[in-house]
Amino acid sequence: MSKSTKNISKQLKLKIFSKTESLVKVRNFVNKEALNFGFDEDTVNKIVLAVDEACTNIIKHAYKYIPDKIIEIEVKPNNEKFEVKLTDYGISFDPEAIKTPDIKSYIMKYRKGGLGMYLIKSLVDKVEYNVNQTKCNTVRLIKYKN
Amino acid sequence: MRNFKINFREGPNAKIVDLKGYLDAHTAPELENALLKLVNSKQYNIVVNCKNLSYISSAGLGVFMAYIEEVRKNKGDIKLTNMSPKIFNVFDILGFPLLYEIYNTEMEALKKFVKH
Repeated sequence: MSKSTKNISKQLKLKIFSKTESLVKVRNFVNKEALNFGFDEDTVNKIVLAVDEACTNIIKHAYKYIPDKIIEIEVKPNNEKFEVKLTDYGISFDPEAIKTPDIKSYIMKYRKGGLGMYLIKSLVDKVEYNVNQTKCNTVRLIKYKN
Repeated sequence: MRNFKINFREGPNAKIVDLKGYLDAHTAPELENALLKLVNSKQYNIVVNCKNLSYISSAGLGVFMAYIEEVRKNKGDIKLTNMSPKIFNVFDILGFPLLYEIYNTEMEALKKFVKH
């Protein structure tokens, strides 16, 4: 058998109710796993904020602040990347409908909606949305190891 | 457990708002109420000291956005001070330094509110 690099892939999950007071739990979970993965503090902070923003979007838009719905957070670290997958069963979100604003002219008009989406895209390397027929929406936030 | 706290202080020509802890979608309404209280009592010169602010998400930044127009219409301003690099970085990504005056110290911000 060859001495191939062992795949350290594993899965870690957290389930929360769709209320904003759960955000602290999500941040602590992601913070711990991103640190374990070996990212520096600055990168960990970026991932944590991106996941917070994505969860907030789900609470606000997919579940319209109904507090007893479920959000699943799954961390999937492997040899090359750190992935956080968020799953909800609420109203589907069409990422194509949201254009990335020209942030400078946008804020100069005192507009505040959409800031979270812009932050997510700025903080991680890849964002993938998937809406499927079983009424489950997923968003994957990916940060590469470099 | 309370993980966000707001304290008010009187400064020369301005009200100082100290923020402590974690400002996210859960705690942002507290800041919203605090700024609303100031605006309703016609206190438009506001310095927000972020020295003890550990975390901010877009929900927190949105609160500043919600009041800046009204405050400036009334010849006041919201000036921000004492941000850690972590907090400043979030403001910076969203281009907020274009819209808000951000100072290293509270004193620098207060000096800008000198009466003409």
